[in-house]
Amino acid sequence: MKERRIRILVAKPGLDGHDRGALVLARAFRDAGMEVIYSGLLPSPEQVAKMAIEEDVDVVALSLLNGAHMTAFPKVKRLLEKMGGKDIVVVGGGIIPEEDKKKLLKMGITGLFGPGSSLEEIIEHIKERVRKERWKE
Amino acid sequence: MLRDDKDAFWSKKLEQIVERRAKNGKLFSKEAIENVRKQVKEWERSIYYPWIKENPEIKKVFQTASGINLKPVYTPSDISNIDYENLGMPGSFPYVRGIYPSMYRGKLWTMRMFSGYGTPEDTNRRLKLLLEHGETGLSIAFDMPTLYGYDCDHPKAHGEVGRCGVNVSSLKDMEIIFDGIPLDKVSTSMTINAPAAVLTCMYAAVAKKRGIPISQLRGTVQADILKEYIAQKEWIYPPEAHLRIIRDMMVFCTKNMPKWNYISISGYHIREAGSSAIQELAFTLADGFAYVELGLEAGLKVDEFAPRLSFFFNSTMDFFEEIAKFRAARRIWATVMKERYGAKDKRSLLLRFHTQTSGASLTWQQPLNNIIRTTIEALAAVLGGTQSLHTNSYDEAWALPTEKAVQVALRTQQIIAEETGVASVIDPLGGSYYVEWLTDQMEEEAFKYFDKIESMGGVLKAIEKGYLQREIAENAYRLSRRVESGEDVIVGVNKYKVEEKKPIETLRIDFKAQRMQVRRLRQVRKERDKSKVEESLRRLEKAFEDDSKNCIYPMMEAVMNYATLGEIVDVGRKVFGEWKEPLLI
Repeated sequence: MKERRIRILVAKPGLDGHDRGALVLARAFRDAGMEVIYSGLLPSPEQVAKMAIEEDVDVVALSLLNGAHMTAFPKVKRLLEKMGGKDIVVVGGGIIPEEDKKKLLKMGITGLFGPGSSLEEIIEHIKERVRKERWKE
Repeated sequence: MLRDDKDAFWSKKLEQIVERRAKNGKLFSKEAIENVRKQVKEWERSIYYPWIKENPEIKKVFQTASGINLKPVYTPSDISNIDYENLGMPGSFPYVRGIYPSMYRGKLWTMRMFSGYGTPEDTNRRLKLLLEHGETGLSIAFDMPTLYGYDCDHPKAHGEVGRCGVNVSSLKDMEIIFDGIPLDKVSTSMTINAPAAVLTCMYAAVAKKRGIPISQLRGTVQADILKEYIAQKEWIYPPEAHLRIIRDMMVFCTKNMPKWNYISISGYHIREAGSSAIQELAFTLADGFAYVELGLEAGLKVDEFAPRLSFFFNSTMDFFEEIAKFRAARRIWATVMKERYGAKDKRSLLLRFHTQTSGASLTWQQPLNNIIRTTIEALAAVLGGTQSLHTNSYDEAWALPTEKAVQVALRTQQIIAEETGVASVIDPLGGSYYVEWLTDQMEEEAFKYFDKIESMGGVLKAIEKGYLQREIAENAYRLSRRVESGEDVIVGVNKYKVEEKKPIETLRIDFKAQRMQVRRLRQVRKERDKSKVEESLRRLEKAFEDDSKNCIYPMMEAVMNYATLGEIVDVGRKVFGEWKEPLLI
């Protein structure tokens, strides 16, 4: 059976208009063969979770550069679980201090890519996580 | 470039430029140039090609960061088209060599370091300190809730208050920020866009309450909403609504605050969002022309308001391309203001600009290398003839800068100004075969974009179609892939990497500002005359609904009555609605 293409939501929650990274990633994911949905700017965590469920995505990729990752990322994750999206892979990126990374990893939010991460590394991480998630099923 | 009429100005102009560049200028004789061409051919044939056959070059193709193909060397034959009239002496048309007759020999550029954080009290202390050290030019950064027009107690403001700038929720906060500061003597630059009119009213209201005539106030608000849709994405309403408010502000200020710079047309953010130097140049000037047309449509005469328009550019790593960009920008502005908009006042032709070194060029890896990057970028801005300069701090890929890092950044400018001698001669790179050729290239490419934008129906249409945004995003992606493949080197990121553990100390900001601001805002709401607030907000709503009214007057009244920033902006949200961006991927 042919495997379904990875559907990914690229989302930028919070008061932060700096979308360069998110738009670059969206293009890179598309060129890597994924189906990409972009949240647009300033969605609330609720809107991100709702969009993820409605669009039936495999992955939510969160990008935040304003330092609010410790509130926004866990909130999206919790909402997804509550709305029946426990199997949706959540990855994140931004300027995230080491101590915060540990806490986020514990919640199952992985990747946590910082400035200068390569596109290839990010894409590989996502593919790997989706493979594992699908294998569980 | 706002309106939708097509008189083919840009395509005609482009033809002229191409034609001009094909001809021999008066500066060079035909024989001399022929001679140089022969020498170049001969050099290529007998010296250069044999040499590179033996010693292959590092790359197959050399390009500028914008993607302009480069020759190995430039000669008079590459700029044989030049007429000295197209360069002009410093302080004379078309100002390629500089807008003032003596440039830095008379007065160095203004070293304007942008700052602002925490509570109004924190910022007031910082401003007073700067004034004690002899500064007269203040520059204030606001936090995200203020930039988006939310009060500090709005749910969306949670965790953001005072983080990347000072928080302003009502006139009370502005009174504290400027407490004890002589508003009739200083000039104040405020980096604020969507709610710029409200902040201008607040600044004026502080002066009014102290009995200072607002006609004396000097300063700048950024207020460039077009680049918000194009790049920085901090808008509130749909574009027409914001443009209408800017129009009212232009009219209001022309009449009442003649020393106030009510728009700083900004390429900085366009570049940071991933554009090329060419796109930064073209989109920023296209925005500039759109504001000129906005003023004309409002019934103002071009020379009444054009001298108040100023620019803000980025300076990043491709040294010569940046310098060429600044030089080309001056020529384009002067020429178009004169030829298309009939400006007569010399001040309308001058492209005055502030420069900031590139934040996006700073790396998180090996952060001390950023001092070197900033130095090179600052030098390009100075050689490009900037009027003022902000240099970034080496730790800004990590966090807001520490005081130590800010000091290094300021010292960078002082070293350039006072140790290197680059400020002694005006436009020292003028006449460089390469720089003059590149200046012409930048100009031509910009005109291609102007023509394209106009054929789409102007800047506003190009924004609504998502064209400008997508052009930038595509370029950002192109740059990312070039870094990924190693074609473009970023030292410490994709080459010369080292393992490092938190190499520098960084600034941490606590939540104190949020608590203090919320407490004060509650106090303001309790103490003000509620009926007056409601009445003035109703008047503002009426003005927003009626396009023939100038909305600045009722806005000023609402501010004076201590209506909050959020309340005033919400009236607009109700009347104008919000803006949904076109699809960008």
